Amino acid sequence: MGQSDVAVIRQHLIDPEICIRCNTCEATCPVGAITHDSRNYVVDAAICNLCMACVPPCPTGSIDNWRTVPKARAWAIEAQLEWDSLPDELPAEALQAQALHPEKMGQGESAPEAHTRAQPAAGADTASAEHAGVVMPAANRWGSTLPPWSAAHPYTNLYGPRATARSIVATVAGNVRVTAAGRDYDTHHIVLDFGNTPFPVLEGQSIGVVAPGNDAEGRPHHPRQYSVSSPRNGERPGYNNLSLTVKRVLVDQAGQAVRGVASNFLCDLAVGDPVTVTGPFGASFLMPNHPRSHLVMICTGTGSAPMRAMTEWRRRARSTGTFEGAKLLLFFGARSQEDLPYFGPLQKLPTDFIDINLAFSRTPGAPKQYVQDLMRERSADLAPLLANPDAYFYVCGLKAMEAGVIHALEDIAREAGLDWLTLGEAMKRDGRLHLETY
Amino acid sequence: MSSINYSDKIPNNVNLSEDRALQRALEQWQPNYLAWWNDMGPEGSQDFDVYLRTAVSVDPQGWAQFAHVKMPDYRWGIFLNQAEQDRKIHFGDHKGEAVWQDVPGEHRANLRRIIVTQGDTEPASVEQQRHLGLTCPSQYDLRNLFQVNVEEGRHLWAMVYLLHKYFGRDGREEGEALLERRSGQQDNPRILQAFNEPTPDWLSFFMFTYFTDRDGKFQLCALAESSFDPLARTTKFMLTEEAHHMFVGESGVSRVIQRTCAAMNQLRTDDPRTLREAGVIDLPTLQRYLNFHFSVTIDLFGADESSNAATFYGSGLKGRFEEGKRTDDHLLHGQTYRVLAVKEGKLVEREVPMLNALNEVLRDDYIRDSIGGVERWNKVIEKAGIAFRLRAPHKAFHRNIGSLAGVRVSPEGQVLSQADWNAQVDQWLPTGADRAFVASLMGRVVAPGQFANWIAPPAVGVNRQPAEFEYIRFN
Repeated sequence: MGQSDVAVIRQHLIDPEICIRCNTCEATCPVGAITHDSRNYVVDAAICNLCMACVPPCPTGSIDNWRTVPKARAWAIEAQLEWDSLPDELPAEALQAQALHPEKMGQGESAPEAHTRAQPAAGADTASAEHAGVVMPAANRWGSTLPPWSAAHPYTNLYGPRATARSIVATVAGNVRVTAAGRDYDTHHIVLDFGNTPFPVLEGQSIGVVAPGNDAEGRPHHPRQYSVSSPRNGERPGYNNLSLTVKRVLVDQAGQAVRGVASNFLCDLAVGDPVTVTGPFGASFLMPNHPRSHLVMICTGTGSAPMRAMTEWRRRARSTGTFEGAKLLLFFGARSQEDLPYFGPLQKLPTDFIDINLAFSRTPGAPKQYVQDLMRERSADLAPLLANPDAYFYVCGLKAMEAGVIHALEDIAREAGLDWLTLGEAMKRDGRLHLETY
Repeated sequence: MSSINYSDKIPNNVNLSEDRALQRALEQWQPNYLAWWNDMGPEGSQDFDVYLRTAVSVDPQGWAQFAHVKMPDYRWGIFLNQAEQDRKIHFGDHKGEAVWQDVPGEHRANLRRIIVTQGDTEPASVEQQRHLGLTCPSQYDLRNLFQVNVEEGRHLWAMVYLLHKYFGRDGREEGEALLERRSGQQDNPRILQAFNEPTPDWLSFFMFTYFTDRDGKFQLCALAESSFDPLARTTKFMLTEEAHHMFVGESGVSRVIQRTCAAMNQLRTDDPRTLREAGVIDLPTLQRYLNFHFSVTIDLFGADESSNAATFYGSGLKGRFEEGKRTDDHLLHGQTYRVLAVKEGKLVEREVPMLNALNEVLRDDYIRDSIGGVERWNKVIEKAGIAFRLRAPHKAFHRNIGSLAGVRVSPEGQVLSQADWNAQVDQWLPTGADRAFVASLMGRVVAPGQFANWIAPPAVGVNRQPAEFEYIRFN
């Protein structure tokens, strides 16, 4: 069974109850994935490359609908043409049978492709477009599409389908395993060097990696997105390089054997090997740069990549004194200590620089603990930060963590006498709450 | 080329600064336009900050940028879709030749007339709607009204650009005249009668944007096929904006229906009087408004037999709806089409040369499209479990143009005597009492997140904004 048979996709659908059949999306779609009959406008999942070109022009918002389905069960256009309303999300049991188990997903369990987002990178031109492709309802509702006011200006889409060069080739400069040996949870820290090719990135941005060869349908693999885990001046400062945190995927969520295309390609690379890259992507999940701006970072598994990048940038800037008095709070979840990427180096960071909270869901003899549990324990410290316009919140990891984290923030706000509706809207508007889940 | 030049006085993606004479002419027209907007644009709104969508380029990423702006500061400008390389004329007698980048002398008068007629509807609808802001049912709806208004303003710019660039002095004079005519004014009215009727209330506005702006869509679609390439490119971009106007109409009516159905279920009644007392618009009244707007709008397509329509098509000035998707010979010589006529007190179909019946062809395409939305409204009623269906009236109902003008026909398509018509017309078209009742509901609701009692909130906010979002800052 190939990857394409078992993968879970976010299928792009049009809400027939809101759509006014204006034809704007069909006229806009660059690949002809949208068609219609006298009843409905529909998206062909086999053609749609999730480039998002149709999303901003839609006058109704009906175009921006997504359902998690096993790829093999994606709704055909014939079925969609019969709809009067969108189907509900598949119930957990139905998905579990195929692939997905949301309860487990929140705790850093095996995703089909660790830190590979559900959509290909192709054409993700703007921050909002990129977000729209991957976010769950909570992110739609609460996640900022704007960066903090003091963010550095990002470069995006320097290499991609609409850029002059579709991709560039980087060289592997390092590849080390960062989870304990002997575990099935095999996470690698991979350094890519760009030589003299321009590829400026900021913490929180991501890049696309194109695995060599073709997929089951004989088409070249689409780019898989990975968050950069090094700061803006490089994994090795002053050199044109960056690092990625990649988890090797060997089983899907149902526990069936499957080899993630890009993750295995990346984890098996040797120093000196070439890697085809697109991007950079992302214009909102960016860090603030003004003095006394605080960071609250909440992540699971390889969702730690952007957090590592931001932490490292602040660590390097420590000696300048610019960020004197700025707080860094990290909530990091994994199955166990051994499965935690960067566990060793994390322990060496001084506690007056970063306040680290680790949650382990599978330590023998200890009760399960999730990031949201730790957040609640730290509510006395988090509440003032929620209210502080200089504190910025970042959430990255598997998508099922999102609801739990938002819930925890809501509870913490309420207990502190803050109105979450007002506060959440303000945080979204001011670029203070960033959600990146996959 | 596709990004819009905002550094010029007039935002544009047509390299306006390279044509100094044209730039100067348009810069002279610009203050007159702004004076018109201040005079005839939305009443009392010039100082509001409105959450508007502005195009920054004509590609999908660039044309939906949202921000709060004062409407007189809206960046009206000239945006054409990107040119298609080696585009060929694909219908009419010039089929297969290269499209025209300039106006051929023999088609000058007709093209000017087409552009002026289209252009005249744009400021007209702004004028028709200028008082509506005073009775808006919510901030959300007020914002949508203003968005429609500024985009109609931009559509006027699009047409005036074509007049100035391609029609010399005549074009400049037409550009001035577009700012001088006034909707409903006796001595200098707008060209098309439907654009001289007032839009007295929000139900009329929603019906207008659903039905009459859809006429705009079909006219623009037909012009987007034109052999005159600048006209085709202009109208293509206008269509994306027009889609928003139809959305306002379709969702507006749908929300009124939703609210009415909720009240019907709550009060367990379908009695119009009880429902009116509860402050919602009963479904039979909605049907009468629908009948009125549908029939007035299908008149806009013109006479069912028209030699002008044949000329426009044959000479390649105006195609059919989705011309490129049709599989016939795109010449239509010798083909026929059925149009309605009255013979011995009955409606009968007559075969006429298709070229002469192209207005009717477009009208029938329009009717098919607009009935789709009526069926979607019925889904809302169905979902509420109520046995009532809205229906588009018969094509011959309440017509004032073409061979059906003045013939008395019921919404079901039965030819009636004048006496029968008089006896029943109050069941079919809004009465003075209906209009007075709807007007009585029109109170201004502007607190963020609040909606008037007669309309349900929308399913999704503009640009995904939450329900309580402050779309308008009243300052």
